[in-house]
Amino acid sequence: MSEMPRKPRSLAGWFLYPPLILLAAVFLFPFYWMLKTSLVDLGSIFEPTPSLIPRSPSLSNYVTALTMFPFGRFFVNSLIVAVLTVMGTLLSASMCAFSFSRLRWKWRSKVFSVVLTGMMLPFFVVMIPQFIMWRFLGLTDGFTPLIAPAWFGGGVFNIFLLRQFFLGIPPELDEAAIMDGASYLRVFFQIILPLSKPALIVVGLLTFLASWNDYLAPLIFITSEQKYTLMLGLNMFLGGYTAQWNYLMAATCAIVLPSLVIFLVAQRYLLEGIVMTGLKG
Amino acid sequence: MPSRSARRHEAVAGWAFAAPVILGWIIFVAGPVLATLLLSLSDYTVGASPRFLGLENYQRFFTSADPSFFASVRATALYSLLSVPACVAVSFGLALLLNTKIRMRGLFRAALFLPVIIPLAASSVIWMWLFQPDFGVVNFVIRTLGLPPPLWLASERTVIPTMVLMNVWLTGNSMVIFLAALQGVPRHLYEALEVDGGNAFHKLIYVTLPMISPTIFFTVVTGFINALQAFVQPAIMTSDAYHAGGPNNSSLLYVLFIYREAFRFSKLGGASAAAVLLFAVIGGLTWFFFRFSRSLVYYEGGERS
Repeated sequence: MSEMPRKPRSLAGWFLYPPLILLAAVFLFPFYWMLKTSLVDLGSIFEPTPSLIPRSPSLSNYVTALTMFPFGRFFVNSLIVAVLTVMGTLLSASMCAFSFSRLRWKWRSKVFSVVLTGMMLPFFVVMIPQFIMWRFLGLTDGFTPLIAPAWFGGGVFNIFLLRQFFLGIPPELDEAAIMDGASYLRVFFQIILPLSKPALIVVGLLTFLASWNDYLAPLIFITSEQKYTLMLGLNMFLGGYTAQWNYLMAATCAIVLPSLVIFLVAQRYLLEGIVMTGLKG
Repeated sequence: MPSRSARRHEAVAGWAFAAPVILGWIIFVAGPVLATLLLSLSDYTVGASPRFLGLENYQRFFTSADPSFFASVRATALYSLLSVPACVAVSFGLALLLNTKIRMRGLFRAALFLPVIIPLAASSVIWMWLFQPDFGVVNFVIRTLGLPPPLWLASERTVIPTMVLMNVWLTGNSMVIFLAALQGVPRHLYEALEVDGGNAFHKLIYVTLPMISPTIFFTVVTGFINALQAFVQPAIMTSDAYHAGGPNNSSLLYVLFIYREAFRFSKLGGASAAAVLLFAVIGGLTWFFFRFSRSLVYYEGGERS
């Protein structure tokens, strides 16, 4: 995103600060309240006048909440699913984007426009047949249904984004390499992919978050507790410990933490990605 | 000019590199869409041989044999019609506020964007606690102000508005998109208006709004497409192992209805019919928006058909 030109800033905009500070405080308050609740004991939750600052904060809720259920297992499950989904998406979406942008073949544009019909297809339209198919193959209650689609094109939208990016790379580069006897595989891996790091980072990040945050697909495909993802674990916890908000908030806090870290580390790429999906979609 | 065999070689590579998505389109898009259509005409359920029903699944929805269908349509319509305008207006307002010469703009933007990054399942749990009728902090503030505390998620009348309020908190995506669009408005247009003596309000009405109308349009369309598919909020906040969709199905959003029919009641045929209906509505709505976009949206460099 382009920054505004850095002119000396006048004080004319001073009246904008109070509403902005207030809005930021309101938007961030739920996070603060989650954190605060996670640090107090059950008694302080049911006080008629809640205090803004925890009186005797302790981390004991975390120990209790995270050991009552195998959250470590859930975390690893979510991580396996998300990482394999990202790998599949990056590899297969960029391969397809390479074909649709750099290789000339007869049916290319026709095939691309057919494939594009899958771009905005909502999951609810295909979830029932997909469930029947995976059940028939005996692969429900495992990670395959969650990961497999990523390895088959990785979402048409990602192909679309990467194709746009590849079109901006000068074609002389691969033509020269082909002249020198390089294979297409080599051109793809050694020329196109290294030049596309920013686009791959954006696609990888958005894919990771979508997989990490997903709730509906794991809910449909996964049944045994051992294979629960974090979001399913959170919901199970919610069902078992209604009204024990100190434990619930500790568990939620732990689940929120990885996303916060990703945001802090990769904010620039994330915002860029959202603008890309918004303006070109 | 490349030789014949080189071109042949390139074509083979082209098909090979595109193979994943071609297969993926058949296995995960075209096949399942067709299957959903076929299933919707049957009484398919796990572990029994299906019978062909014709349009009976569809008829059943409209002959009020199943009141939860109408409840879910009503809840979803209310949810979308409240949520989309509120979110577009708020995110646009926030983007206008941020598109000014202020210090620490990045910090404010990050704060307003942060809720989006959190898993929706997790933020739903946070909101359940904030809006808990007896011990939640929101009702504490309301009682302190001397107002009657609402039941929020626990009441038929306020459950949908509470979810919409949460969506307003989650508008960071559109805000970032609006912000990028605002920064793309050519400065000379504002300067021209200044020369003619226009004030900030004139700038908004005569320059900003027309110039970013494609973005507003995009945000409204995708907003409706997403709102009609909302699932996580009611699934987390107003459902449990035995019950889905809140008191009296008041928050049985449509995709939750489909999910419940299919995976709680094992009516995979009926659920498919419900899915086909929503898919048709989304398709029709998108068509309608694009049909009328030309009279509502200004595209620089003339009309694009």
